[in-house]
Amino acid sequence: MSAPPLLDVDGLTLDFRTRAGRVKALDDISFSVQRGEILGIVGESGSGKSVSAYAVMDLLDGNAEIRGGTMHFGGADLIERDRAAVRSMRGREISMIFQSPRTALNPIRSVGRQIADVLVRHGPVPRRQAKEKAIAALRKVRIPDPERRYDAYPFELSGGMCQRVMIAMALACEPMLLIADEPTTGLDVTTQAVILDLIRDLVDNSRMAAILITHDLGLAGEYCDRVAVMHAGHVVETAPMAALLGRPAHPYSAKLVAATPSSAASIDELASIPGNLPNLLRDDLPYCRFCDRCDRRVARCDTEPTPMTAVGEDHLVRCWSPL
Amino acid sequence: MTTLLEATGLKRFYKVGSGRKRGMLHALDGVDLAIGTGESVGLVGESGCGKSTLARVLARLVEPTAGSLRFKGEDIAAIPLARFITSPLRARIQMVFQDPTESLNPHFTVGDAIADPIRRLRGAADKNDLDRRVRAALAMVGLPDNLIGRYPHQLSGGQKARVGIARAVAVEPELLILDEPTSALDVSVQAVVLKLLADLRARLGMSYVFVSHDLDVVRLLCERVVVMYLGEVIETAPTEALFEGPAHPYTRALLAAIPDPHRRGQHPPRLDGSPRSPIDPDPGVCQFYGRCPRGQPVCAQSRPPLRPVGAGHLAACHFAGHPA
Repeated sequence: MSAPPLLDVDGLTLDFRTRAGRVKALDDISFSVQRGEILGIVGESGSGKSVSAYAVMDLLDGNAEIRGGTMHFGGADLIERDRAAVRSMRGREISMIFQSPRTALNPIRSVGRQIADVLVRHGPVPRRQAKEKAIAALRKVRIPDPERRYDAYPFELSGGMCQRVMIAMALACEPMLLIADEPTTGLDVTTQAVILDLIRDLVDNSRMAAILITHDLGLAGEYCDRVAVMHAGHVVETAPMAALLGRPAHPYSAKLVAATPSSAASIDELASIPGNLPNLLRDDLPYCRFCDRCDRRVARCDTEPTPMTAVGEDHLVRCWSPL
Repeated sequence: MTTLLEATGLKRFYKVGSGRKRGMLHALDGVDLAIGTGESVGLVGESGCGKSTLARVLARLVEPTAGSLRFKGEDIAAIPLARFITSPLRARIQMVFQDPTESLNPHFTVGDAIADPIRRLRGAADKNDLDRRVRAALAMVGLPDNLIGRYPHQLSGGQKARVGIARAVAVEPELLILDEPTSALDVSVQAVVLKLLADLRARLGMSYVFVSHDLDVVRLLCERVVVMYLGEVIETAPTEALFEGPAHPYTRALLAAIPDPHRRGQHPPRLDGSPRSPIDPDPGVCQFYGRCPRGQPVCAQSRPPLRPVGAGHLAACHFAGHPA
């Protein structure tokens, strides 16, 4: 990788202060995204996928506390910069689409107006031209009859159509980075395929990059170039997609690959992952948060913190006993 | 294989709108379906295609508008819903619902949740007998005894899913209807529940109707797949035959939409648009017409019936069996 990454998260550590104690939501996580690629972030619910994205977007709740690490976007420091500067970047240079499009859209404003609002807020677009540009944005995400759909309210559109509106809104200011947090959960497989084909096309045909957060490794496999596997607030492995599916190095990644229905030929081949995520409120979290569920545990797992080590080209794993 | 449950001409309509906009929503529009003893049937289709309505009609929770439902030869659709509740057949057909959190009573402990159907449908000799059966059901789904006094909020998602299954199998049903039982679960937990379901069926010899939008899960768990579109069965085939050679253009599109890492960089044709309105559909037009990549004038003139295209393989398309 010669070019500097577009987004570089390095050693990010983040806690949530709660009445019950500190939730160690992210611990020393690192990942990067290059221009023109899709990075997948996969893992079980509660592994920290969304929190990582929210940290990049500065959308964290007030009780979140960044305790260490850096985040750089196009060379600019996202943590040190003053919040106003980051806020103006958000939406214009980095934008995000959320899991449930219908709740993320304003129910009492037409979808076209909502896109126009974004254009007026972020871009040097006068109100008069905003409508035209919003219609162009709707056309870009292949919404049929965009002139008429401009005046539609979210409840008049299907889930797939609402998600396209969200993407149109996210792309209206031509961001450098699109973060998609489970963008197709709750949508039909046929709609899912259309939405992700669209994101893939946009990345291939512009200089945009994307992060696809998903729990479905099969889905990540079809659309992502590289992948970061998260478990209990750790990034346990980062690798090119094909390498992860072909030769997963972390025991958790290997289990995740084997537990994905699309990779199994029969029910007997389907692997299950025993145990649960550790309670992140614990003060005595082990160095490796997977060790209690792991069948490759060695003495060193309990005594030394696990660094990210290279096991191949652009392939890092956080394990003392990789496969 | 003997037939356990046979549905013929099953319809379920819902009244919608009022005044001049009044219409009939055809949720099920003439479904014929037979489920063999010990057979596992997968029911797939997009949201709104009627698969959950069909599951509820088969489970005798929703009254069909028309059609018959024969369970071991007896027409159970003729028994009014209110009387079916107390019929000995009630225990024979059980259902596992989609969201394990929503479908468990928050005021019932795990023990209560499982004991309730046993007491109502099978009866227990005394408290010890009931307790013994509850523990047996828990053991069957691999849950430890000490969960018996817990409430749903004290359980993990996977444990709740298992309680939902334990409660259904506790009354020894012959037919278990599962409505997306794993869609709310993480992939690691999903694998555990799927393996449990496969194991239970092998041990208890139940028949399954497995409703799912995840075709990969259906492929792993079912012997036969039924594909629905707008209230109709448009294709049914043994699982392998369906995945190897789908005959209906809709099934083809559905299979092509399954994420597949080996397809990186290719762009298979996608099915776009949305289905026709299910309100007062024209019986003389193929339901898939307008969205179908193969649509021809004949498709707008008559609705194709299900017809054989292979061994145990039926499809409702004028062009089924012809290469695409």
